[in-house]
Amino acid sequence: MEFFAQQFINGLTLGSIYGLIALGYTMVFGIIGMVNFAHGDVFMLSSFIALICFLILTTWLGLTSVALVFLIVLILAMVLTALWGWAIERVAYRPLRGSFRLAPLISAIGVSIFLSNFVQVVQGARNKPVPPLVREVFVLFQNEQYTVTLSYKQAIIMTTTAALLAGFWYLVQRTSFGRAQRACEQDRRMAALLGINVDRTISLTFVLGAALAAVAGTLYLLYYGVVSFSDGFVPGVKAFTAAVLGGIGSLPGAVLGGLIIGLIETFWSAYFSIEYKDVAAFLILIVVLIFKPSGILGRPEVEKV
Amino acid sequence: MAQGSTIGQVAPTVAPRSTAALPALLKDAALFALVTLGLAIPVVAYRTDLGQGTGLVLTGRWGLVASLCLAIFVLRLAQRLVLAEVSRRRDARILAGVAAPPVAVRPARILGPLTLAIALTLPFLAAFGSGGLSEGRYWIDLGILILTYVMLGWGLNIVVGLAGLLDLGYVAFYAVGAYSYALLSTVFGLSFWICLPLSGLFAAAFGILLGFPVLRLRGDYLAIVTLAFGEIIRLVLINWTDFSGGSAGVSSIPRVNFFGVPFAAGEGGFAALFGLSFNPMHRVVFLYYLILVLALITNLVTLRMRRLPLGRAWEALREDEIACRSLGIDTTITKLTAFALGAMFAGFAGSFFAVRQGFVSPESFNFLESAIILAIVVLGGMGSQIGVAIAAIAMVGAPELLRNLGFLRAVFGEGFDPNEYRLLLFGLAMVGMMVWRPRGLISERTPSVRLAGRKS
Repeated sequence: MEFFAQQFINGLTLGSIYGLIALGYTMVFGIIGMVNFAHGDVFMLSSFIALICFLILTTWLGLTSVALVFLIVLILAMVLTALWGWAIERVAYRPLRGSFRLAPLISAIGVSIFLSNFVQVVQGARNKPVPPLVREVFVLFQNEQYTVTLSYKQAIIMTTTAALLAGFWYLVQRTSFGRAQRACEQDRRMAALLGINVDRTISLTFVLGAALAAVAGTLYLLYYGVVSFSDGFVPGVKAFTAAVLGGIGSLPGAVLGGLIIGLIETFWSAYFSIEYKDVAAFLILIVVLIFKPSGILGRPEVEKV
Repeated sequence: MAQGSTIGQVAPTVAPRSTAALPALLKDAALFALVTLGLAIPVVAYRTDLGQGTGLVLTGRWGLVASLCLAIFVLRLAQRLVLAEVSRRRDARILAGVAAPPVAVRPARILGPLTLAIALTLPFLAAFGSGGLSEGRYWIDLGILILTYVMLGWGLNIVVGLAGLLDLGYVAFYAVGAYSYALLSTVFGLSFWICLPLSGLFAAAFGILLGFPVLRLRGDYLAIVTLAFGEIIRLVLINWTDFSGGSAGVSSIPRVNFFGVPFAAGEGGFAALFGLSFNPMHRVVFLYYLILVLALITNLVTLRMRRLPLGRAWEALREDEIACRSLGIDTTITKLTAFALGAMFAGFAGSFFAVRQGFVSPESFNFLESAIILAIVVLGGMGSQIGVAIAAIAMVGAPELLRNLGFLRAVFGEGFDPNEYRLLLFGLAMVGMMVWRPRGLISERTPSVRLAGRKS
């Protein structure tokens, strides 16, 4: 039981990170119907941005307050990654609207390859470790054999995720940008006729997606304390799986899917075999896509001619 | 980049577009440089390295950032100037009433036979050019490498270029072929010539196995499922140690023989049989011709298939699946045959890879390999045979050649390795291709009728 509880906490932490990345996939898919294949690499890039900001703040500026450093790194990573998201959309996706069906996906694969190799070229191929920022743990309960703990890191990750999701939810449901975004999701042409700047809305969607990926990237760095140029691919695919599982296009679905994938992966590693944990994630993806492509909370897709 | 969208659809406007004023162009280019600066902070500006102690050490590289921004500034300015000039000329032509005739150049007419002639004589050219068979080995090896990718490109072309099914896990079938030969020959001692067709069959079976569940999926989902399938195959090969040897792979795979005659010195060898003096290069040259024949078979089958009803059904499927179904085409059979045939050629190529290397490991079959093959097909123009061949030469051969260019090292400093930038350029090329020439560099298969309206 104690073991289960501990794994549950670990799974939720991992799932929060996946959920944040999955939001980027689901929003972009919702609005322009494309799988932003490069999103996982944007996440990896944001991790590097966070790493370098962290090093500048701690080693050069000598900041010691953990909360302050974390906050500044988070904001810087979000802003700089959002710029990347914006630039990628302008360069690689916007000119392709109205091109043939597979063009945006192929372009996205190109961006994905470019980003991971760009980071490899400018930062080198080796793993980049950071010193652990926070080590403290809450002891939730303990008995003679086992102690169930919630580390500060995990608490930070879960609260940051929850807070950002609340803010994000407000943005999409209550602001004029959110209304414009939902309108574009339903019918881009009609939205344009009603005076919504569709291009700007799509750009902002990418910016938001990248900013959320940056949060995930920063938290990932905080949690694992190491990042390498190839770290974008597998979390990217898993987050995509989460988005599909939750119902692609649905925001709560993406978070729910993320949590489920995180839990499944953690329990799979804990109870079955750690070697096949990625296989489990890929299998879930295939099974969901084949048997229930609309996901848990998604609407069934109507095939249009 | 706002420009990008307008250029694509310069409608035959009557009024010639005035060439944008230079200050505006400068401002635009400056904006680009500024964005580049933003993107370059901090990943380019600071490099992290493991220091002497425990932590990472930062090294500032603002000079590099500055030159990057400058390069972007100059490139953007040049691009805008050239584009303005191009569109001015086009508008002038339209105004003068001379509709620019879309000149249907058929480069395939000349390029195809030329490429084939070079491919057929390459070992001799290499031998004469470098003064001896052994000295020409580098070129022949490079030729084998390129031809392997040409074959894979042609195989994937059936699935992606003809049937329009984006397959991101193509390398899985390559792996199935390679492991089929590796395991059948090391465990059961079967000869290469029995394993070659078997590998193709196994790979085709896997193609159908993958094809069945994904029949209902459309574009993007299909791509992701094939990607997942490819990764599963690789992960199973890594983790199922009893079966595949794990990440260590399978080694000491038997070498190729000349239809049963080994390439060995002495009695009963290939050299003795034909009265030649023994030379280890005979095996390499034979491998070269083997992959050339395999690639040409792939090409021939594809060209023939296009003329059959099935091949036409593939192309119809690529253009519009719903229309296809309503016209009574059996999409199940159409998709499955495309998957099976494409996979079969990957299987052949895989078993060739195994016999050439003498060693296979899961590392050779990662997603990047799939992406490279896909990039070759995309750059070749998705459907054009000669385009794929040229794209393979450009993408596999060019980086090899770049490595030996001394002046690049002089410009970029010692320790400059163009191979490092190979994939980076691959990625950029894929994006650029989609933005500027979505139908390929050498496109001989543009649709005859095209609707002007954009699809929403």
